[in-house]
Amino acid sequence: MSYQGKKNIPRITSDRLLIKGGRIVNDDQSFYADIYMEDGLIKQIGDNLIVPGGVKIIEANGKMVIPGGIDIHTRLQMPYRGITAVDDFFQGSKAALAGGTTMIVDHVVPDPGASLLEAFERWKEWADEKVCCDYSLHLDITHWNDSVKQEIEVLVKEKGVNSFLVYMTYKDLYQMTSSELYEIFTFLGEFGAIVQVHAENGDIIAQEQARMLEMGITGPEGHVLSRPEELEAEAVFRAITIASQTNCPLYITKVMSKSAADIISQARKKGNVVFGEPISASLATDGTHYWSKNWAKAAAFVTSPPLSPDPTTPDYLNSLLASGDLSVTGSAHCTFSTAQKAIGKDDFTQIPEGINGIEERMSIIWDKAVVTGKMDENTFVAVTSTNAAKILNLYPRKGRIAVGSDSDLVIWDMDAIRTVTAKMHNSVAEYNVFEGMELHGAPSVVICQGKIVLEDGNLHITQGMGRFIPCTPFPDYAYKRLKTRRQMVVLRAVPRGMYDGPVSDFSSLSRGGTPAASARTSPTKQTAPIRNLHHSGFSLAGNPAHQGAPTEETPIRPAGRRIVVPPGGRSNITSLS
Amino acid sequence: LSHPLHTQLSDRLHIKGGRIVNDDQSFYADVYLEDGLIKQIGENLIVPGGVKTIESHGRMVIPGGIDVNTYLQKPYHGTTTVDDFYQGTKAALAGGTTMIIDHVVPEPNQSLLTVFEKWHEAADNKSCCDYSLHVDITRWHEGVKEELEVLVQDKGINSFQVYMAYKDLYQMTDSQIYEAFTFLKGLGAVVQVHAENGDLIAQEQNKILSMGITGPEGHALSRPEELESEAVFRAITIANQVNCPVYISKVMSKSAADIIAQARKRGESVAFGEPITASLGTDGSHYWSKNWAKAAAFVTSPPLSPDPTTPDHLNALLACGDLQVTGSAHCAYSTAQKAIGKDNFTLIPEGTNGIEERMSIVWDKAVAVGKMDENQFVAVTSTNAAKIFNLYPRKGRIAVGSDADIVIWDPDKTNTISAKMQKSALEYNIFEGMECRGSPLIVISQGKIVSEDGNLHVHQGMGRFIPRKPFPEYVYQRIKTRNRVMALQGVSRGMYDGPVHEIPATPKYTTPAPSAKSSPAKNQPPPIRNLHQSNFSLSGAQIDDNIPRRSGHRIVAPPGGRSNITSLG
Repeated sequence: MSYQGKKNIPRITSDRLLIKGGRIVNDDQSFYADIYMEDGLIKQIGDNLIVPGGVKIIEANGKMVIPGGIDIHTRLQMPYRGITAVDDFFQGSKAALAGGTTMIVDHVVPDPGASLLEAFERWKEWADEKVCCDYSLHLDITHWNDSVKQEIEVLVKEKGVNSFLVYMTYKDLYQMTSSELYEIFTFLGEFGAIVQVHAENGDIIAQEQARMLEMGITGPEGHVLSRPEELEAEAVFRAITIASQTNCPLYITKVMSKSAADIISQARKKGNVVFGEPISASLATDGTHYWSKNWAKAAAFVTSPPLSPDPTTPDYLNSLLASGDLSVTGSAHCTFSTAQKAIGKDDFTQIPEGINGIEERMSIIWDKAVVTGKMDENTFVAVTSTNAAKILNLYPRKGRIAVGSDSDLVIWDMDAIRTVTAKMHNSVAEYNVFEGMELHGAPSVVICQGKIVLEDGNLHITQGMGRFIPCTPFPDYAYKRLKTRRQMVVLRAVPRGMYDGPVSDFSSLSRGGTPAASARTSPTKQTAPIRNLHHSGFSLAGNPAHQGAPTEETPIRPAGRRIVVPPGGRSNITSLS
Repeated sequence: LSHPLHTQLSDRLHIKGGRIVNDDQSFYADVYLEDGLIKQIGENLIVPGGVKTIESHGRMVIPGGIDVNTYLQKPYHGTTTVDDFYQGTKAALAGGTTMIIDHVVPEPNQSLLTVFEKWHEAADNKSCCDYSLHVDITRWHEGVKEELEVLVQDKGINSFQVYMAYKDLYQMTDSQIYEAFTFLKGLGAVVQVHAENGDLIAQEQNKILSMGITGPEGHALSRPEELESEAVFRAITIANQVNCPVYISKVMSKSAADIIAQARKRGESVAFGEPITASLGTDGSHYWSKNWAKAAAFVTSPPLSPDPTTPDHLNALLACGDLQVTGSAHCAYSTAQKAIGKDNFTLIPEGTNGIEERMSIVWDKAVAVGKMDENQFVAVTSTNAAKIFNLYPRKGRIAVGSDADIVIWDPDKTNTISAKMQKSALEYNIFEGMECRGSPLIVISQGKIVSEDGNLHVHQGMGRFIPRKPFPEYVYQRIKTRNRVMALQGVSRGMYDGPVHEIPATPKYTTPAPSAKSSPAKNQPPPIRNLHQSNFSLSGAQIDDNIPRRSGHRIVAPPGGRSNITSLG
């Protein structure tokens, strides 16, 4: 697992580090202790550590020492219609480190019809060459067929990918039907992968876009008018329904509106395994800027789902993040220059989508949630790092300060105040959607792979120093409950005598009923029921009342939607009539 | 009246000593009926001599029930329901329902108009009570639009149902639903939705059959209530998008009802929910009955929820107004017809009884237990239906000038439901053995006594078709206002004149539909080009742009006035 020997990394910083006098903050507790690191790993934690001589010592002076942030959603260097997002893996990961994020998870977006494996290798090559921090990759599934299934199997079993994104929008391009989603969820559930969903109703969006353009609305305000938050909430609801049917964990990327977040928290309360990811932009700003008279500014905010025009949204999402209803944060960092955005200057549907946020993410959450008293420092660690590590199955290697964990950590200065401006940021984009925002809390030292990469405001990095971190399937955090449920939920047929009464003549045209079902499965497949003519259980116009008054004999069952039969046990239901 | 009057029935009736119960108030008064209309209400009425007088002894006098959902002629694989318009309406009248609205179900390739005429004719020949028709749109295409216009404008139809289930048969995609809603809203129609996610049901049916589950329990297992509530949620979302009222027929589960209630509370949707006799009176545990015929009798879609607390919950929502109307979805297939699916639950013809039991079940489950008062009872069994479908106050109210469709209701009479006693031609009854408090003593339809002490005085074809006009106020008043206030407006900006990145000509990554359909240059006032003041700046001067604005989802511009938003900068 060591980076050493992989590349020629100049020894800017020492290999051995001792952080003294810091307050270690994990997602479960905070305590004062020193930390000794060697070979990119945390070797000792405690007081009065015995360490080799000549070790570089960092005095934390009582500041917080937290696990490095994990940005679970980035789109660096993303290709779009022959152009590429201006922040590549170097620029993007540099910005990440400057903001206290020591690991990113980037999205691989294959063209529909193209090989997932090839796209994966291409992205990995791009990243290996340039990335400055550790990274993993999500795969976006942009089309669905049998060869995709094989590729997914390889990706999960051999390539270290455990999360896949499907789209419910971008009609006629990436969008999947409900049937396809059902199949994908079922398939990924079997492999122990995390199903991520871009949740928006693409059918209705296409209709609304056409309507807006017809009305002569061509500017960026058309983007948000054609994608009202109800369409996001609807898709979230549908995705949760499908995931629940297929007993598969679900991850909603880019939670942008209050109503979508509410659906997620309601579902979690009902017991669904679903995770929601708000992003830097939805936690800090809103969609009123789409009406800016400055076209370039308005276009800078174009992303999907769009920022909600409701200005109370960020506050609300921060609250749900603090309460645990939303689980992780990403940036969805995907920056296009103004000239690139201007491809859509006459038609908002042509504006390349994406906003910045990779550098600002940690400070935004500190400022909006912790400083305001919504969230404590431990939950801050959970939503910026630990929960992501758990979902990716990288915990406790990442996301925790513990002996044996990777030495990715940040000395966090909660009193620092920075003003966000495009002039100072590390991204190469010429705008910043958080322009002018004053944020409390910033990293004062960032340590990545046991090396100091940020100190006194100076970055010490080299292209390609980051490593690919393979993820393994079946993360406990998502799958433990589901495994238990899968054992519990066994559907059984009711053993009945065969029906031997009269049967109406009917035309064999399969007009009623679902043709798919009747075509695929022959009813004779079932185990032969015992035929007992004397005891058929069928009576015409008889006294069904004598067979037991149903209202009185109805056994009390839990109000769940699935009727479960305890493995091996008798069903309550079959003893009904 | 166009129909020959039955001589044994008096044309003039005087109901004395009753307590009139409308949806808004109850009061003691006499009612005088003539020519099928209510002519006078009050005390000490002056009426002609020789009028038949009914002494009601302080009992409730309520508007006759309206059953908004029946299927009295639904074909299935070449067979037809055993309760036709005659049998079905007889049962309706016996239960206190004096008007039904039946669903016309064309096959996807049939003309709506032709099938409508067929239904109309059958009902005219057989129906014993007044009736109207919903038309189900089983396929969406351009040609359907013309037929819909004719139906609304010339044929007296103002309600249409679309299906979100029955994949590859009746099911519509979200895009089609959006178009159908848009079009029907323009006509002023009530859009009804059969809400279930058909894609997922098809998948689940495959799964369940492949597990060897072929009995009626497979029907419920393959259609869990989550798929109902999902579709309800989606239907409401789409309706909100096009600012169209939406009516959910057959609310069968708690979660679906909750979605409707929530949507109404948010205030954005004009949504109505219709639980049916079966979902208010029983539950889906019977799908697991060992008696195949009994289990199959309960097969309907969406299915009855196996959760036994469902009826109580739905009655409570009906009482508080979150659900508005009740139907029966009466669709009666005999056991032999149901047995078409004896080896495969997906082939069992769907439908449950309930046309006769509806009023009594609502009384017993909601009023007799103290959930609902008698006025709300009238609202959910009659008045709201009349309002939604634009029949009010002709139907659904006891008032001078209204149709003389009246029921004298005895809240204390207890009946035990049994297949032996019912008017339906079915050999079973899903409510078998249920004891219900509350039942009609006398039923008056078109000013004539049609049921008295359980004896029916009816003949085939005495019912009339009642045409309905579009744009019911109860449904469309709010919609019309919203149409006015929700006009969208673009932002007037200087033209962007900064650098534009060049892209390859093939637009691969966009939504083709909109860009193909309209040119962005269309309909736009030419922007003023001012090179010195282009409003465009690279990085900067965005600090003071954060002016707080109101929190609505839609940004609206007052008609003709200036938009707040465009003055933002």
